[in-house]
Formats: sequence, structure tokens, C-alpha cells
Amino acid sequence: MSDSETRTDSREEAQAESLVLQRLREQFGEALREVKVWRNETTVVLSRQDLVRACRFLRDDQDLAFDFLSDVTGVDRLKLPQASPRFEVVYNLYSLQHRRRLRLKIRVDEGEAVPTVTGVWETANWHEREVYDLFGVPFEGHPDLRRILMPDDWEGHPLRKDYPVEASPRWWEEEPA
Amino acid sequence: MTSSRTMTLNMGPQHPSTHGVLRLVLTLDGEVVVKCVSHIGYLHTGIEKGLESKRYQQGIPLTDRMDYLAPLSNNLALVLAVEKALGITVPERAQTIRVLLTELTRIKSHLVWLGTHALDIGAMSVFLYCFREREAILDLYEAVSGQRMMSSYFRVGGLASDLPPGFEEAVKAFLKTFPDRLAEYEALLTANPLWRQRTVGIGTIKREDAIALGMSGPGLRACGVGYDVRRAHPYSGYERYSFEIPLGKTGDVYDRYLVRMAEMRQSHRITGQALERLTPGPVNVADPKLIPPPKPLLKRSMEALIHHFKLYAEGFSVPAGEVYHAIEAPKGELGCYLVSDGSPRPYRVHFRAPSFVNLQALPKMVEGRLVADVVAVIGSLDIVLGEIDR
Repeated sequence: MSDSETRTDSREEAQAESLVLQRLREQFGEALREVKVWRNETTVVLSRQDLVRACRFLRDDQDLAFDFLSDVTGVDRLKLPQASPRFEVVYNLYSLQHRRRLRLKIRVDEGEAVPTVTGVWETANWHEREVYDLFGVPFEGHPDLRRILMPDDWEGHPLRKDYPVEASPRWWEEEPA
Repeated sequence: MTSSRTMTLNMGPQHPSTHGVLRLVLTLDGEVVVKCVSHIGYLHTGIEKGLESKRYQQGIPLTDRMDYLAPLSNNLALVLAVEKALGITVPERAQTIRVLLTELTRIKSHLVWLGTHALDIGAMSVFLYCFREREAILDLYEAVSGQRMMSSYFRVGGLASDLPPGFEEAVKAFLKTFPDRLAEYEALLTANPLWRQRTVGIGTIKREDAIALGMSGPGLRACGVGYDVRRAHPYSGYERYSFEIPLGKTGDVYDRYLVRMAEMRQSHRITGQALERLTPGPVNVADPKLIPPPKPLLKRSMEALIHHFKLYAEGFSVPAGEVYHAIEAPKGELGCYLVSDGSPRPYRVHFRAPSFVNLQALPKMVEGRLVADVVAVIGSLDIVLGEIDR
């Protein structure tokens, strides 16, 4: 499949100018780096500096009320066409009241820290530890940033794309991309 | 920690009531838990990493091993996420069979929860009864997939095969006896003063805390929050079934017990409705790029042979993009976040495992309580470590 495969369906894009995006645009305008709608799911890429402020706004605004953080995870973009910045931290938000989902994303390079959202949603604690453990993305201000799945003395971060999937790295190199 | 008043107690990872390899470090003041720290990861098997090097259909068996008490629910989460990215919907018969089997899976998972939970608190007989009923569901599993536990029966685009002959009668026979059996368990426990003493007012969590901690499934509903993915975002045709969402009030161990018991009744109801909806028809999408052609056709059709070869040698590609699809697994919201780069292998798959998130609420439920309650609370959370550690 070609890289030019369009990620945004123009028909869906029209629907996407929803309340959530409107409010976000009003509040954060410039800070929204990118907005994508695909398969009826909205993804908003934010800059690091605005993350916590945006999360608080999304949680506390009555019309949005994203009170439930479903999930936080990471993506190593090393093998994607746009590999820089290398890491993506992905937040899947949910509003119990409005039954609405939203995905936030932050992009960082190796060694750059992401501000923690544990102050907004307590549940982020373990999710962020997992991203730190498996991708090596540090979280600034996290109350308890330790490895969570791997042993404390483990070297490397297994979900990085340059980490071998099997014991022999050669096998990995021979695998078609 | 340094105070001479407190004592540190290590519980697990090999402890029968931690339901797997969970390790807790408890700081005790006498019999009261002052602090509880969970250590997980003993069962980390790199499932998410493994999926990146497998083709989409090949990855399905790996998901069985996450919540091994509900393998078909895990299959469903992955399969639905891939189908969403592909932009396809499976035929109605496949949807109905998926609903039927995942509801049986919910009953099966809840039966293990009930049996082990009761065993932890000291009611041995319930455990034996629950496993008797679970056996009946495992037989149904075996009938459809040839496997009792790691069934991998769902496929992207439909099912591995249609239901075997006699399956509907077997389900009917199970549905007929199950309500009475469930009533038997309730007679043993619900009004039992010993059971109530160990569960009422124990491990209480407030509604706001449960939401902030991201709890889902019966644990969240026991606090009175009516969030059920089957109702909030119906998939596989759940909008066509009538069922209730049982809610609790106080969010204690007893409420979680009541909610799960009521859920088994609702699952029984949905299974019955699914049986009635079961009409003959295809169980796979009619797309030769996704579903291998029937074997006899290979000898006659060149095109079928090419499709067969392409599917097994290369697999199918999924358009580049990302999706998050959640289902209501027996333990709560099981989400699958999928990133595709347009190749036949997923670029990244992540599972939002409900047990992982629910376990995080444990300290809030046990701190300040007696050490004996820890066992009751863990049982009521219904965690599976295979899913937590992935």
C-alpha cells in the first residue's frame, strides 16, 4: 500500500467539526498541531507545553466532560515514513456523560520528557509507568516513575522498534520491513 | 516504614488468593494495612511486541493468552479493531454467533470469579459447583473450535468456520439448566451471614475515585455508574438485544458480587436472544482478499488458487491509520489501539486491559482495613494476571 494513502476522509472531516474540536480551537487555537479524523475517530496532536492545561480543560468543561481516561500508550515511529520526532504518547479519552471519545497525542524525541497527567486523572499513573518502561519516554512530575512490567535492572525498552523481537538480532534484520 | 510499630509483609507472587502471580508488599500496623504496593510483570510475555511481527490473522491466538478466562472476548477486541480499520462489517450470522459466544464467555469468566472468590473467603463447595457449569461451556468451546480454552475462533472478516451440527441444541440444554444452578449459588451466598460479614462494607470505593482511577466493568457499575460499552457504543449488533445493566450502590465487595451475579442472568438472557436470531447465512465477508476460498474451489479456479496463495504467503494489508475499539469484556472495557502502516502486519497494537486498570484501585480499597480483607478485595476485583502483564 502506498504511503500517500490518505489518512483523512473528506466526507468524515465535515462531521468532525464537532463541538469538541470547536471548543478546543477556541481555547488552544495555535497549540493544535494537527487534527485528523479517520473511521469516525478524532485525533488531536498537541504540543507538550499545552498538554496538562488542555487535559484539565477537557475534563472540567461541562460540554466536554472527558472525565474518564481510558488509556495511555506509546508508539515508536522509527519505521514510519515520518520518523521524527521519534515517540508518540497517545491518550484515549472518554466522556461518560456524553459517550464521546477523543484521542490526544504528544510527540517527543529521545530523552525529552512528557508532563504527567496524573494530576488530572489518577489512572494515568500506571499507564505512564508502562510507557516509560517499554518505550523509555520519561514523564515529568510523575509521583512514582519506576518500571512496571520489566524487572528494575532490565536494559533497554522492549517496545522500541530497534529492540529485537527474538533473542537473535539477526533474525530481526532479515525480516522484511 | 522505619517505625518499629509497622511490619512489612510480602504476599505473593505465589499465593493462592492473588489469582496468579501478583505480588503485594503490605505494610501492617498490627492487623491493619497501612500501605499496599502492587508489583506486577511476572507474567509479561510481550504479546504486544509479538503481534507486531505477525500478520493480522496470525496474531489472534496470541490474544487468547491475555485474559485466559475469556479468550473469545480478547479475540473480539482485536478482530473488531482490525475490521474497523479495514472499514468492513461481518455478516449478521457471524455477528450473532460472536455475541452468543462472548456472552457465554462472560458467564464462564464470572463462574471462575465466583468459585475462586468464594474459595478465598472459605466457601469450598461453591467452587466445585461453578467449575461444573464452566465445564459445560468449555464443551461448547471445544465443539466450535476444537479447543477448550485457547479457542481463537474469531477471524478478521468473520469466523474460523460455521457452528457444528447440534451446537444450538447443546446451548439450549445449557441455558435450560443454568438459571436454577445460579439460584443455587445465590441460596448458598447472598443471605449467608458469614458471606455478608466478609463482604458488606469491605473494600468500598467511592464513585468519583472509581472514575478517576479509570475502573470499568462490574467494579465501576457496583459504584452506581452505568457505563457498559455494549450499551454506550454497541458493536456486533448489541443494540438489537434487550438486556439490563445491573448497578450497585455502595461499591463494596458485596455490591460487586451482586452485580456480577445479575450480569450472569443478563448474559443468559442475551444468549437466548442470540439463539433465536440465528438464521442461516454466510459467516464470513465475501471478500476473497480477506477470507480464503473454499478448498474444493482451488482445483477448479485459477483465481481462487491465487487468492489462497496470496493470503497464506503474504496476508492482507490494512490501510494506514489508527483506531481504538473497545468492547465490554467480562472484566470491563477491553480496548484495542491499532496503528497500521499499510502493510500486512500491524505497526503497533496496544490493549487497554481492564484488569490492569482495575488493579490500580486496590490500595484505595484496602489501606486502613484489616489484612484479611485484602483477600476478599482481590477476589472481588476479578483480575487475571495474563491480561495485566500481557
